[in-house]
Amino acid sequence: MKVKAKFENNKVEVKLLVKHPMDTGLQKDKKNGDLIPAKYIQELSCMHGDKLVFLANFGRAVSKDPYLAFSFSGGKAGDTLILKWFDNLGDNEETKVVIK
Amino acid sequence: MIERRNLLKGILGMTAVFSAALLIPKLAFAQWSKAFDANTTEKAMTDMFNKTETTKSDKIYLKVPEIAENGAVVPVNITTDIDNVKTISIVALKNPQPLACSFTIPEGTDSDVSIRIRLFETMDVQAIVETHDGTLYSVQKEVKVTIGGCGG
Amino acid sequence: MKRRIYLTLALASCITVTTSTFADPVSDNETIRSYFSDKFPDIALEDLVDGVYAIDKDSRDQWLQIEEFPPYEEAISKGEKLFTTPFTNGKSYAGCFDNGGISIKQNYPYFDTEKSQVVTLEQAVNNCRIENGEQPLPYGKGAIAYITSYMASTSRGELINVTIPNDAAKAAYEEGKQFFYSRRGQLNMACATCHMANAGKRLRADILSPALGQVSHFPAFRFKWDDVGTIQRRYAGCNTQIRAKPFELQSAQYRNLEYFHTYMSNGLAINGPGTRK
Repeated sequence: MKVKAKFENNKVEVKLLVKHPMDTGLQKDKKNGDLIPAKYIQELSCMHGDKLVFLANFGRAVSKDPYLAFSFSGGKAGDTLILKWFDNLGDNEETKVVIK
Repeated sequence: MIERRNLLKGILGMTAVFSAALLIPKLAFAQWSKAFDANTTEKAMTDMFNKTETTKSDKIYLKVPEIAENGAVVPVNITTDIDNVKTISIVALKNPQPLACSFTIPEGTDSDVSIRIRLFETMDVQAIVETHDGTLYSVQKEVKVTIGGCGG
Repeated sequence: MKRRIYLTLALASCITVTTSTFADPVSDNETIRSYFSDKFPDIALEDLVDGVYAIDKDSRDQWLQIEEFPPYEEAISKGEKLFTTPFTNGKSYAGCFDNGGISIKQNYPYFDTEKSQVVTLEQAVNNCRIENGEQPLPYGKGAIAYITSYMASTSRGELINVTIPNDAAKAAYEEGKQFFYSRRGQLNMACATCHMANAGKRLRADILSPALGQVSHFPAFRFKWDDVGTIQRRYAGCNTQIRAKPFELQSAQYRNLEYFHTYMSNGLAINGPGTRK
């Protein structure tokens, strides 16, 4: 997960890109013609301390390598954000980022 | 001695994971599976919001390209002046599963989200803003998705 | 509908393109620059390195958002790793190039007066490999494109400076120019048909990019390729699209074309690798 978290104009702006195939389950493998099983992020959350500041639920129509941008008040430079995603197969990734 | 220390570390680690998981609203998990699998907009709306009616609003600013550079990567930005926003959702009306994504906006978070979605063909993209009193507001715009050409 | 579009393009190019108006490379460039100034009066010539994104706001906005996390970053990292890894004999790419290979892309292609031929950056990379006992890399995509993507990234902002040192070089330039303006393929189109006469107009779903500034952002990450590729990979693709048999990558035809095509953009800044459709 690549995350940019910036404190500006009294708000924390977050932009992120997750490396994830977001396979819909509708596409065929070019080599053997089999359907590539669905593997896509279903939930992505952002915590600031013990507060949930953002929660995204995705369906299959979110692009490969999902991009998200959102912003919130109450954070400042130096604070830590914890971002985490879960996909339909149970894989997950957690990233900590310090607000600049 | 070392084994006991590792065991304790393991238990503490697991506790941390569980407590973090508890902080994420359970409602999110419950709402997820049905609405996103729905094959029609009506079913997706019913599963997600328990209603299908929305009120058109000019206070929702939906930014989408007129012509998608790449139908697999269509940027969508939604901002709104409506107060008491609970969720912002995107419905791609002609996609096989119309509900593309849904964002929970906690108190203190701006009603301003950007994402990239896949559109399978030219269609209207709808932004739905849900307020805490259960009202649904919406706006929609057409995005042209083209194939054919040379790449420019 | 298809026929009408192609006929229109063919007619348009008949009216606007004639090779006999050009005299020597320097005045060729002056002519091309004033042609595009007239065509796009609201766009500064140096901004044409952004191609279609300098012309169309809707696609520019989409491109700017994608650039927040550029898709070519991985290619640059891979390229840097490949570039800095020594050969089996202990030497490295840096030993083959001026300035260790950093910030030199703006000087390519160059005319090798000893071998009396145009040498592209990709070729120079492979020449370096061969001189050091390594197998040459396949052209167009993969490792060769990652390496030149990295080298391009170190040249960002440098002004393109292709030189024509002697008569043999001028002949190569003229061959490239001839290629650019010659019709080919079942669709009977020349590079100039789309990228000079019809630059800025739509060909079905796509806006045609102008020839001036076109090479600056290569190697390019194209959505179609879902990876980076070299300018010659694009030449081969374009030729296939107009139903012409493509030439071999790094053939004399494509090297001379790249020579002419890059010379045209002298004075414009390298901004590769770039993201494109």
